Amino acid sequence: MSSLQNIGRMLLPVVVLAVGLALWELVVRVNDIQPYVLPSPYVVFQTLVSDWTVLSESLGVTLLTTLEGFIAAAVGGIALALLFNQSKWLEYSLFPYAVILQVTPVIAIAPLLLIYLPQQTAVIVCAWIVGFFPVLSNTTLGLNSVDRNLAGLFQLYGASRLQTLRYLKMPAALPYILGGLRIAGGLSLIGAVVAEIAAGSAGSGSGLAFRIAESGYRLNIPRMFAALLLLSVAGIVIYGLLALGSHLVLRRWHESALGKEN
Amino acid sequence: MSETDVDAADLAVRLRAVIKTYDSGVTALGPLDLDIAKGEFVSLLGPSGCGKSTALRLIAGLAAPSAGTVDVSHRASKADGRHPIGFVFQEPTLMPWASVRDNVRLPLKLAHVTVTEAGRRIDEALAQVGLAEFADAYPRELSGGMKMRVSLARALVTDPDILLLDEPFAALDEITRFRLNNDLLELWRKLHKTVIFVTHSVFESVYLSQRVIVMTARPGRLAREFRVTTSEPRSEQFRTSAEYAAHCREVSGALAPSYSGQRGA
Repeated sequence: MSSLQNIGRMLLPVVVLAVGLALWELVVRVNDIQPYVLPSPYVVFQTLVSDWTVLSESLGVTLLTTLEGFIAAAVGGIALALLFNQSKWLEYSLFPYAVILQVTPVIAIAPLLLIYLPQQTAVIVCAWIVGFFPVLSNTTLGLNSVDRNLAGLFQLYGASRLQTLRYLKMPAALPYILGGLRIAGGLSLIGAVVAEIAAGSAGSGSGLAFRIAESGYRLNIPRMFAALLLLSVAGIVIYGLLALGSHLVLRRWHESALGKEN
Repeated sequence: MSETDVDAADLAVRLRAVIKTYDSGVTALGPLDLDIAKGEFVSLLGPSGCGKSTALRLIAGLAAPSAGTVDVSHRASKADGRHPIGFVFQEPTLMPWASVRDNVRLPLKLAHVTVTEAGRRIDEALAQVGLAEFADAYPRELSGGMKMRVSLARALVTDPDILLLDEPFAALDEITRFRLNNDLLELWRKLHKTVIFVTHSVFESVYLSQRVIVMTARPGRLAREFRVTTSEPRSEQFRTSAEYAAHCREVSGALAPSYSGQRGA
């Protein structure tokens, strides 16, 4: 029963996709819709293959930006949370600004950043701005969720601040940090795309989002779809990799990574 | 703190007029006077909220008294990862991300004991609680009783003089609890530690200890004190003996004001 359920879980989304694509193809063919209005899935696929040189290059640019933004978000978020954890005053002084940075829509900040920063830096900063907050708040939550008795035990054995941080707080916060990173991965991609679109309208850039904007101006709708498809796949792969990494790190001990039979 | 005085008097712990008041203004404990001799097995017995756990935390140095003095005998040398106090909490309080071996290693790691020396002592501590084969297991793979044994091994690994146990077996089923009671008694006879055992079970306190200290409801004070004199070693025969039953009846009588509602508990 359960193995049948597992197969169903894997198979059903694929079936839905196949049916959806078939319907789309059918509607386009039967109504003879032109590709610049709505390209059929086949045409999109064809464009993906024929424009692969341009698109793959753009994909590389966007992925690199995302990766740099993600790393900056991860390092910045975790480091800031550790600082906040060590000094309450620092937390009181800076946390409100972290929140402000988070709630201000990045698409509104991006044009400003593009004025003051070199374009490549501005794009990375955008990816960082959207990505760092979930890491910061999750890490903070994790560091504060340490078992009270375990903290007492460390105190009893005269653990130093650094030892408590390294052997108790960091491992206890790890599941939370990994959760934050999983959110930050997808958000970094969004940040990168938003900044690219803002930069693209300023007349430069070569990432996937720029390709989408550019193809839009040229009414090259199939290429828009192809670039969009690549962005989705990139997002899925990023999420999948981070989820896998998180599972591998936690599988020995954390509830979230354990089988249901326990 | 006058540690030498305590040592001279052959005491492990001495509390004088100790009071603990929380920030909220609630007085949890005291004033309490208490002397515990070296090598003694003492139970603190009382209703929940009577401050017996607080007393234990004060002795461990995890909290400071609001008034009065807490003196604890310290061995001269703290080197080599020997810590004078071992603490076992009501929950096993294990690090879920670390194996049994690494959980027991913790006090030694914090004291920077070398890996080889630590390895030897961990094996010894695990053998003492009968968990040698489970060194590489993770806490979640163990039963409640086994987790408690790991917690006990971790307390023993620093070779402490004083073992503080805060209702360690309260969450276990009766069969497991009886087994752990017997194992604890055997360890005590073998290792000659001072044991202070907090419990709310009359039967457990009488079975285990040489002296039962009954505390009043909040704020916790000394209500009465009983010596449980019996021919050692205690075993399952003692648990079913008339002598044991008589002791339990006596201790229960002293505890009665706490649950007959006189203090509104």
